[in-house]
Amino acid sequence: MAHSPAIAMTKGRGAYRVLVQRKKLVLLALAVVLVLSVIADLGLGPARYSMHEVVLALMGSPDVSEQISVVIWDIRMPVALMAVVVGAALSAAGAQMQTILNNPLASPFTLGISAAASFGASVALVFGVGFLPWAIDYVVSLNALIMAMLAALFIHFMSQRRGVTVETIVLLGITLVFTFNALLALVQYLASEQALTAVVFWTMGSLTRATWPKLAITTAVVAVSLPLFMRRAWALTALRLGDDKAASFGVNVRWLRLETMMIISLLAAVPVAFVGTIGFIGLVGPHIARMLVGEDQRYFLPASVLSGAAILSLTSVISKSIVPGTIFPIGIITALVGVPFLFSLIMSTRRRAW
Amino acid sequence: MVATLQLTDVGVRYGKQDVLAGVTTPVLKGGEVTAVIGPNAAGKSSLFRRIAGLLDGPGDIRVDNGTSGAQASHVCYMPQDTSVNTVLTVYESVLLARKQGAPRKVSDEDLQEVDRVLFSLRIDPIAFKGLNELSGGQRQLVSLAQVLVREPKILLLDEPTSALDLHRQVEVLALIRSLAREREICVVLAIHDLNQVLRVADRVMVIDAGTMVSCGPVEAVITPTLLQNIYRVDGRIERCSRLCPHVIIDGPLELA
Repeated sequence: MAHSPAIAMTKGRGAYRVLVQRKKLVLLALAVVLVLSVIADLGLGPARYSMHEVVLALMGSPDVSEQISVVIWDIRMPVALMAVVVGAALSAAGAQMQTILNNPLASPFTLGISAAASFGASVALVFGVGFLPWAIDYVVSLNALIMAMLAALFIHFMSQRRGVTVETIVLLGITLVFTFNALLALVQYLASEQALTAVVFWTMGSLTRATWPKLAITTAVVAVSLPLFMRRAWALTALRLGDDKAASFGVNVRWLRLETMMIISLLAAVPVAFVGTIGFIGLVGPHIARMLVGEDQRYFLPASVLSGAAILSLTSVISKSIVPGTIFPIGIITALVGVPFLFSLIMSTRRRAW
Repeated sequence: MVATLQLTDVGVRYGKQDVLAGVTTPVLKGGEVTAVIGPNAAGKSSLFRRIAGLLDGPGDIRVDNGTSGAQASHVCYMPQDTSVNTVLTVYESVLLARKQGAPRKVSDEDLQEVDRVLFSLRIDPIAFKGLNELSGGQRQLVSLAQVLVREPKILLLDEPTSALDLHRQVEVLALIRSLAREREICVVLAIHDLNQVLRVADRVMVIDAGTMVSCGPVEAVITPTLLQNIYRVDGRIERCSRLCPHVIIDGPLELA
């Protein structure tokens, strides 16, 4: 093969630029899917409106009735946007957990962070109900947040110990899931009938709990976290080459991990705190992103965020379409769709590099 | 200014156990290649990681006459273990090595440098393969590309040729040799093949059982006595028809 230096040395550059363009197109395509899904989500619901009416209401046209406007803007809009933001947050959290723990099965759901949040919330729902009725939403959320952060820190510090392998971390996550599920069962056993109903419904995960203030808080968390990750994009990508390599490049590996884990726990906990347990988005989103754009964080993170948001939004559409007029709790749908995916993932990890 | 590296009484400690102690070198200068040899588990990798700033321990590591410059950006370390589990491509991995601690935006100069390094190691044909698809030898070459692209002044290479075929070994060591001269890089490399050491190194440091046994010019250190004491083999150093010294092994040392 002719190996002309001049040609060979520009070929790489050219091919790299083409690949970068392709990745940007993939991001654009994901964004388009997301927007279409949100519009479909707004159009669906127990009250049936035509797409035309929905679009008019969205544009603030005076031609649609007050009632349609209220339904679209005050009832459906927070839910539809919450799906987007929660999907984005969970997927970003999963993506970075997989990165820093070097683990294809890491996600807030599989490593027990969601279970911890559920337990925290149930404690508030069962024992805190009478005390602060005026701020119950936030007591529940705050409890969930604290437990999720504790679980994330526990996973983090255990993963820092010598001799801890990828498998150990997954097993550790499983023990956390079991522990918090047992504690949750205990709280449920002690709960009054009314509180029990609240807990059970809460653990199912449902976007119908979305309100504008909750949406604003979740959006703020996502809006603060993502730029922090993007600023560290090169360093985070370097972790994929192994700790020694990254450290020898001047990356402060320990600090980067701790910092990232703190942001992850916030990203994972806030959605769970507001809308309950929604599994598998944090696992599926990053895997789809990795297949589409690879592991360069400059593209991997946005792709994870967009695919997570699109999946949850599409799931929201599905949850309204199964039985017209009924909205299924979205956590049930994501779990049902996610399990076969997780299964295929486990079975294929031996062949592919996740 | 020519880069320099000097170790004074450098050691490595894991918990309370000293795995390496008392490594002292003369001033190693840019343009020179220093080979680190010694049996398996002698402490060579620990020494490299200590110099790279990945391990703590006693002693003084002076880079360019400033104390403890181990984290200085122009010290680059290639670990022995090059196994990775990532779908990053060769090109991406080399580019990201260059971008650490640098401005975030990728410049034309960055891409040119990546292309140049890939070409010099002749791995440009696999530039867009995933790291997880590579053979051990290919991974080693990519790993080397990742350190070279950072334009190091002090280059620490822990067994950079252990997975390469003979042709690639000779080629890569010749490249390292010429880069050291041309760019005045101070190269420290661990390597097992003593004949390769005789070909490329200016100086040899011998590490055995956690201590430095000797450090000096290649032909003064690699002797039949060294073969006996450190490697427990019977051997000779003889000059070939081109007058290059070669290690000839006669067999394992008979234990009395």
